[in-house]
Amino acid sequence: MNGELILFFVLAAVAIGAALGMLFSRNAVYSALFLILNFATVAVFFLLLGAPFIAMAQVTVYAGAIMVLFLFVIMLLGAEQIQHQARRGWQRPLAMLLTLALLAESAYLIFTRSDLLTVLEPAASDYGNPQAIGMLLFTEYLLPFEVTSILLLAAMVGAIVLVKEDRKKSGGQK
Amino acid sequence: MIPISYYFALSAILFSLGALGVLIRRNAIIIFMSVELMLNAANLLFVAFARANGALSGQVLVFFVIAVAAAEVAVGLALIVIIFRNRQSIDIDEMSSLKG
Repeated sequence: MNGELILFFVLAAVAIGAALGMLFSRNAVYSALFLILNFATVAVFFLLLGAPFIAMAQVTVYAGAIMVLFLFVIMLLGAEQIQHQARRGWQRPLAMLLTLALLAESAYLIFTRSDLLTVLEPAASDYGNPQAIGMLLFTEYLLPFEVTSILLLAAMVGAIVLVKEDRKKSGGQK
Repeated sequence: MIPISYYFALSAILFSLGALGVLIRRNAIIIFMSVELMLNAANLLFVAFARANGALSGQVLVFFVIAVAAAEVAVGLALIVIIFRNRQSIDIDEMSSLKG
């Protein structure tokens, strides 16, 4: 058992544990912090897979910006300790059953497809460096890149308009 | 050194946990976080297969997924804030009427 394999299993345990912690903690702030831990471990997996640019984007955009937004909204709403209403009793067992079915299907795929067993060879030294990804982004994927910028603009305007409209309405009612 | 099936298995487990979170939790913000977890599991698989095939397109696609997730979170959280202002609750069982 070499070092990389040990690293993989330890990180996988941390990632799965963090995901479980997110699911089952009562406090939404703890959930968000567990999710940040999960994103950080996945970023290390990206590094292991030879994707340093994606790993850094994961840390800055996901673990940084997105999760700060989540924490901000949780604390803005004071929603960290929302009590559960009486839920229908059959929902939780059914959800467990469906999730197990999904997991079983994935396991079936893993064990029947022999081409998934290929062992990852050490990549070329320039594989996945930011320069290569930048070249690909601005040549082959230029149109999707520009569309993404429009999408981000639309999301920004949409978020502002959604919240502003509400404020105007409540101001008019006074 | 590491078979790609290990990454497949890890990604499948994380995705299933995300799906479980969407199904069993009632807090809209936690459901949203579970969706992020599922997106992240898919990203992990994208990067693993990109590495296995020696192609960079998978990594570019993950970059786009991250950008779209950021946009989705901004709009989704704005919606959650509005719903909370209107109903004083983000329990999804309470959002069963369309009257607003």
